[in-house]
Amino acid sequence: MNLQALTDLWLTYQSTVAFVGLNGLLALSVYASLSCGQLSLAQAGFMALGAYTSAILTVHAQLPFAVVVLAAVLVPALVAVPLGLPVLRLRGVFLAIATIGFGEVVRIFFVNLDYTNGALGIVAIPRRTQLWMIYGALAVVLFVLWRIRGSRAGYALEAIREDEPAARTMGIHASAYKLAMLVLGAGIAGLAGALDAHLNFMVAPSSYSFSRVVDMLVYAIVGGTSVFYGPVVGAAFLTLLPEVLREVGSRVGLQPGPLRLFVNGLVLLLVILFLPNGLVSLPRRLRGWLESRRSAAHAA
Amino acid sequence: MGQQIVNGLFLGSIYALFALGYTLVFGVLDILNLAHQAVFMLCAYAALLVVVHLHLPIYLAFPASVLAGGLLGILIDRIAFRPLRGRSDSNISGLISSIALATILEAVGLQLFGPDVERFPLGTVPDRSLRIGDAIVSELQVVIIGIALAMLAVLTFLLQRTRLGRQIRAVAESPLAARILGVNVDRVIAASFFISSALGSASGVLFGLAFNNVAPDMGRAVELKGLAVIILGGMGSMPGAAIAGFALGLLEVFTVAKLGSSYRDAIAFGVLFLVLVLRPRGLLGQAALREA
Repeated sequence: MNLQALTDLWLTYQSTVAFVGLNGLLALSVYASLSCGQLSLAQAGFMALGAYTSAILTVHAQLPFAVVVLAAVLVPALVAVPLGLPVLRLRGVFLAIATIGFGEVVRIFFVNLDYTNGALGIVAIPRRTQLWMIYGALAVVLFVLWRIRGSRAGYALEAIREDEPAARTMGIHASAYKLAMLVLGAGIAGLAGALDAHLNFMVAPSSYSFSRVVDMLVYAIVGGTSVFYGPVVGAAFLTLLPEVLREVGSRVGLQPGPLRLFVNGLVLLLVILFLPNGLVSLPRRLRGWLESRRSAAHAA
Repeated sequence: MGQQIVNGLFLGSIYALFALGYTLVFGVLDILNLAHQAVFMLCAYAALLVVVHLHLPIYLAFPASVLAGGLLGILIDRIAFRPLRGRSDSNISGLISSIALATILEAVGLQLFGPDVERFPLGTVPDRSLRIGDAIVSELQVVIIGIALAMLAVLTFLLQRTRLGRQIRAVAESPLAARILGVNVDRVIAASFFISSALGSASGVLFGLAFNNVAPDMGRAVELKGLAVIILGGMGSMPGAAIAGFALGLLEVFTVAKLGSSYRDAIAFGVLFLVLVLRPRGLLGQAALREA
């Protein structure tokens, strides 16, 4: 393969590579709360807050990109505190519903906000995001989550996930940990929102609907939430899969949109039914299966 | 004023039917079935296809798609919920597998019918209207409110007075105890899914007729409204869901009239949020929050 062909290949798939990274960040933002057993579906709202904050600061205030990104992390993180204080008292499905409600309120707020052109959103945002920034951000977030695991805080989070009343009895300040993870997840979502806005030139309320947060959750669950890198694996898998399938689909006459939806749903269903710990548990499962076959062969 | 009350009741009756399906399954299984909105959408299409291609009148198409919806509900239970029963995190994993199924069904709808809005042919429903006081009410509105109230009555009778209803309530109370007492739990759960999805289907067809608008994403908006309704009514409470459905319908209509249509959707989520923070068990919810 000559250099020209490589360059062409790179130009074709550059944006896909960027989306793998962004979706990885978004999946990790859902994972942050899931790591202590809380299903928070407010992430599209946090992402919207980050994206809008960054777009306003870039377009109206012409601030340097580093400041813009910092603000995009801080604003959703700060909003997560007053949101989390009442809402994190709710459990399970109730928490999920309350956070869905929050996400929708944020979206409707931006639909009705004239300052940001309502439903049309902010367009012509200068392109500031470079590929290395996305993967740098991803590396930093993964590093933080890796350091948390195995630390005192990591054990506390695991204890809360397994049995919150028991964890409380052992003196773990569960509410503080849950709030901290919600804030962390909000910050990650805001970061991804800012990077996304400065990659795609625009922000609009329709990008932050309920289906967006469902996508993030699907990445995290499909990859696996038992380890910190699982969500990134899931995001990469489900972002690359449609690219592969588009070829196949066009040959049998299926439109790419419905096909992508269908495959996402099918993969999620298969994973939740047969592989509850996600794709990252697949190698171990296969090894276990092979070993049991081998020992069966020995016995025979 | 009278006009707005009629419009609110009309909208509310659709919300109430939809939310009753949600809350029935939640009451029995403690699982939120997010595939409910896909049933809502697919059955609206089913009724449309029967009217357009089989040239049957709507009063035959409606029960046909309600039946189809119920059967789809049994299928949803089989695929997405029954395999997960007994898993310790079944209420969260059930939520997720219902999302998966909703996505699949929506993709099927999108592939079969395309993204565009479709409409019932003219003359599917009578377009006469009548005056009640100072309000002008279309016959369709009266019929829809009537159907909703009739279904509510049937459902109440079913749950309170029949053997199946007693079994459903027993399983909702404790599946284990019900099983010990000889109730076929899996069959009762399948029956709940049938009833729930039949209600979702009915509200889908009525929604399609009321706004003459059938589209693959029509379930999305109603899904979130339905969540607001069951939270307001109290999770798992049937009368609560019915009252809250009508309440939300009225509230929305009055908000549009007084504040403008842009705040219409914010109302539902504002209500949802306040209820969860101030009174998480809703209007008629019974126990405090259960351990999830």
